Amino acid sequence: MHDEKLVKEIKKNALKIRKLIVESIYRAGSGHPGGSLSIADIIACLYFHEMRYNPENPRWEDRDRLVLSKGHACPALYSALALCGYFPVEELKNLRKTGHFLQGHPCMRKVPGVDISTGSLGHGLSVAVGMALAGKMDKKDYRVFAILGDGEVQEGEIWEAANSASHFKLDNLIAILDRNGLQIDGPTEEIMHIEPIAWRWSAFGWNVIEIDGHNIKEILDTFHNIKKNEKPTIIIAHTIKGKGVSFMEGTLSFHGKAPSKEQYIKAMSELEQEERELDV
Amino acid sequence: MRNLRDAYSSALIELGYKNKDVVVLDADLALSTKTKRFGTVFPDRFFDVGIAEANMMGIAAGLATCGKIVFASTFAVFATGRCYDAIRQSIAYPCLNVKIVATHAGVSVGGDGASHQMLEDIALMRALPNMTVIAPADATEMEDVVPAIADYHGPCYVRIGRADAPVIFEKHGQFKIGKGYILKEGGDIAIIATGTMTAEAIKAGEILRKEGIDAMIVHMPTIKPIDKKIVEKAKETGRIITCEEHTIIGGLGDAVAMAMEDDPVKMRRIGVNDVFGESGEANELLEKYGLTSENIARVAKEMVKF
Ligand SMILES: Cc1ncc(C[n+]2csc(CCOP(=O)(O)OP(=O)(O)O)c2C)c(N)n1
Repeated sequence: MHDEKLVKEIKKNALKIRKLIVESIYRAGSGHPGGSLSIADIIACLYFHEMRYNPENPRWEDRDRLVLSKGHACPALYSALALCGYFPVEELKNLRKTGHFLQGHPCMRKVPGVDISTGSLGHGLSVAVGMALAGKMDKKDYRVFAILGDGEVQEGEIWEAANSASHFKLDNLIAILDRNGLQIDGPTEEIMHIEPIAWRWSAFGWNVIEIDGHNIKEILDTFHNIKKNEKPTIIIAHTIKGKGVSFMEGTLSFHGKAPSKEQYIKAMSELEQEERELDV
Repeated sequence: MRNLRDAYSSALIELGYKNKDVVVLDADLALSTKTKRFGTVFPDRFFDVGIAEANMMGIAAGLATCGKIVFASTFAVFATGRCYDAIRQSIAYPCLNVKIVATHAGVSVGGDGASHQMLEDIALMRALPNMTVIAPADATEMEDVVPAIADYHGPCYVRIGRADAPVIFEKHGQFKIGKGYILKEGGDIAIIATGTMTAEAIKAGEILRKEGIDAMIVHMPTIKPIDKKIVEKAKETGRIITCEEHTIIGGLGDAVAMAMEDDPVKMRRIGVNDVFGESGEANELLEKYGLTSENIARVAKEMVKF
């Protein structure tokens, strides 16, 4: 449905985001590359096509909202916000630095474009429910997107929120589950199983869609086709933790660790190589 | 005697007529907290989220980001202890316009026992940056607190008890966030009380007067930010007693001690002495934990004698 040109443009932006993630975490000396890289394609689709917002007016009342419930992945969000013009891309160099505004986890009071502060896992979906509820009350047509981690859904409050979202018929709420299969201590299914995850969400009264979370065209089409049937929607996006950097892909070790200098150089050259391939 | 929860719901309804942005949430205790009355009048602006308190706090935060003035109510024990992280992360840190009005605080909840007798809520909420903490003394004051916190932009925690309380204030219009009130001047000792204990402090003052001790009685409805000027005045008596239906750790007593900074005076704290409550009749429990005018007067006499 979406044309090749758009897909290619978003792919490029996703690569830019990936490079900025690696660069900002490398410069910060700490952070979470794995879970940031796994959502880069989704974030790119949201910010470079799907979402309605205005960087000149970050608190615009009619904007679509994004709740990054897995707040540790904020380098992906910050990179997108910078590329969209919320603040200079240069600022990403100061991620996590004293006296600078890009906090290690998103802070709505400091970072323009951040709709809610997050970092403690499990709260974000509740906040998104509140935002979606306000949209319904005010008869506004904005949508609320919430990005959840697959480990995060082990938190009980997620299911309180899931239950309330379907109860309140919030079809303006779209959750995206970053199903990268890994949490800190190991694979989700070994640590604390969440399967059958699609079945669980549908039992809670949600529309459930499963996609490849790295296939730009599929992501775009999925957003485009979401039903307005009085149900909230969850997109279970199958992703690879660390996607785009060979030695980070599918590993536990880069969940919350910055690359060394050599690793940084290697990662950047891989991403640049991919960019060149896109251009031919 | 009047009930503060009744005052809460009446004031909420009045506020609801005046301000269309007011939204009320509850977690399956809307009959007990009396927010259900608001829901009956304004069904479109009332949401019962069920038994899911942390979710309620998150929803409150989300609504507040969209310009709503949100009142979220449940029992104090669930509102704070169970939801501490949700309040910390999603309400206090982003400094959102959520008013947590918690009922059934303190041992006077009675029969339900320790699991329901919240005694650490002031300490928990006081510790949170951006959070304003208020414990009104009577129904009149509660009726003033509701519009006052709605006018104030930022997170607030208001704790009230379950029981009816003696009416202390005849007139409206006295309450201001951050202000304490001298209910009776006196030079021998100052008794500073909050919430349910203010009525006891007033009675203690009468007992003391009969025995020739002239006590200053201070009502401190706002525990955070504390009224430093009033604490300065109280200090002039040379002796301070604080009274709260709360653990002596981290509540009003600590707030007053902090306000005295490097220049403290002799001070005693009346409150629950680092134990959990238990089941019983409210008045028997208050007696058992020393939360009575007689006990306040006894401690005051001891202090004045020395
Ligand atoms: C309530 C809470 N508990 C623990 C943590 C520490 N923590 C940060 S990330 C993480 C793992 C998250 O796993 P997942 O949700 O799968 O995210 P992803 O793999 O996408 O990074 C944990 C346990 C936290 N931030 N919040």
